[in-house]
Amino acid sequence: MSNLIISIRDLKKSFRVGEVDVHALRGVDLDVAPGEFLSIVGPSGSGKSTLFNILGGLTPPTSGSVFINSKDLLAMSDADRTNLRKEEIGFVFQKYNLLPTLDAAGNINIARAIAGKNGEWDPEFKELIRLLGIANRLHHKPRALSGGEQQRVAIARALVNHPAILLADEPTGNLDTENSDIVLRLLKDLNERLGQTILMITHNPEAAAYGHRMVHIRDGRIVG
Amino acid sequence: MINRLVVENLKHRPVRTLLTISAVGLQVTMILTLVGLSEGTLKDIQTRTRGIGADVMIRPPNSSAIGLSSAPMSEKMVAKMAQLPHVALATSSIEQSTDLFARYTGVNFDEYNRMAEFRFVAGGMPKNDDEIIIDEYYAKQHNVHVGDTFNVINTNWKIAGIFEPGKGARIFLPMRAVQEKTSNTGKISIIYLKADRPENAQLVKTEAKQLLGPTYPIYTIEEFASLLSVDQVPLLKPFTHVVIGLSIVFGFLVVFLSMYTAVLERTREIGILKALGASPVYILTILLRETAVLGIVGSIAGIILTYGTRAVITKFPASLTQIIVYDWWPIASGIALVAALLGAVYPGLKAARQDAIEALTYE
Repeated sequence: MSNLIISIRDLKKSFRVGEVDVHALRGVDLDVAPGEFLSIVGPSGSGKSTLFNILGGLTPPTSGSVFINSKDLLAMSDADRTNLRKEEIGFVFQKYNLLPTLDAAGNINIARAIAGKNGEWDPEFKELIRLLGIANRLHHKPRALSGGEQQRVAIARALVNHPAILLADEPTGNLDTENSDIVLRLLKDLNERLGQTILMITHNPEAAAYGHRMVHIRDGRIVG
Repeated sequence: MINRLVVENLKHRPVRTLLTISAVGLQVTMILTLVGLSEGTLKDIQTRTRGIGADVMIRPPNSSAIGLSSAPMSEKMVAKMAQLPHVALATSSIEQSTDLFARYTGVNFDEYNRMAEFRFVAGGMPKNDDEIIIDEYYAKQHNVHVGDTFNVINTNWKIAGIFEPGKGARIFLPMRAVQEKTSNTGKISIIYLKADRPENAQLVKTEAKQLLGPTYPIYTIEEFASLLSVDQVPLLKPFTHVVIGLSIVFGFLVVFLSMYTAVLERTREIGILKALGASPVYILTILLRETAVLGIVGSIAGIILTYGTRAVITKFPASLTQIIVYDWWPIASGIALVAALLGAVYPGLKAARQDAIEALTYE
């Protein structure tokens, strides 16, 4: 287990919607090695978003075992999961989810501030900003940025604290083909240059093909 | 960074921010104006009472220090008092209220002038029974001049003189006329005594007490002036407390509503912050800091606005005086800040407890 960054065994997750019990995950087994770019593909309602939320520490698992960077998610309190999000995970969402009141630099810096970091960006991150092509867009608010630019700012925000894992949930879902390609190429580039572990959830097989490996999820189980 | 987020959040909804600041400001102004009015009006009465030039004051039995509007004493008492061994001068007045805050005073002009020594900025002492004098403040407030007609007790009077303020009342009428028009012939409200030497004020008071007995409230002027405090005026302190209480409720509700709508509006943003690893305390801190900024800026606005209310009150027909009560700046601001922070607690906790996944999917 020690050479795996994510190790999941028999992961189950149930929750109640109204008066109905929903079994979103019904025994997921998954291993991810450090530096891997894994695509998780599945249709709507397959449980991929629930898996994303559990790995991101946004919701606790119901049963099974989940280790992220050797940390046991099942044993974690709410505060521990908050720390996990702060220290180990970087999120990229389909709808970018930038704070509308802050400019691009502010959106990046708020992630640093939450992690207790201040001061200048390190040279490595400055290089990343250049790579993402947003160096001249840092003082623009999200409403002044295109979808592709917003998503690149979101990627920068996700990586600013050097997380162990980058979780991307349908990162190209709101983008046109051209911008989708740019974002996917950037993710692949980041994975190759920095060795950044990436888990990307998508229902688009073309997007999934950018990963090293693809797993399919259906009805709460990994099916291949 | 958190401070920048706070400022940007406030700038993002300028109308809401401005309205909240205005409401907090009004809350502070309300308190400062009330306290400024209470203290200002009482201080003004104190100054004017000292300006009469008397050392001792005799008031009717069972009368309070504030609010006298009757004439139960006989004017013959004045002559008796004038014969007391250490009394140099004795005079009297008859007091009637025109409204809640203003009153007019009937005096024997020559006798009163010997004690008070009027200094006129225009005109002079009345020469006829239909003439009155008013102070400069009142004249400016009512925009009247020497020679104008002024209506008091349903009678038109001619203004003979305008004097420098600080001689007891703001309007002086001929005593005889006031007595007749108010059916108080031969009656007076207050007797003023001037001691032969200022240090004999206490002695004159003792002599008067010996003569009149314990039923008459007799004060040296300094004793009387010390009674003109907020603590001594019936109902003023409870009234102030009620206004402060209402302003707390007002501030609480305004900030509660403002922050509650802010939290609802920012549901998704709160989800984003949580996804980035912000703890509930961090989220709560952002909202409380926003509230603190609103409270502080609102308080400063409220303090500045107090100068505006003072300017407006000067123009009021009632003889009210508002002073700027610096001691109350931190108190009123503190009250506003506490009310605002209390108003932010529930919305803040709601935000802090928000489920991150639900918040992130909020449209």
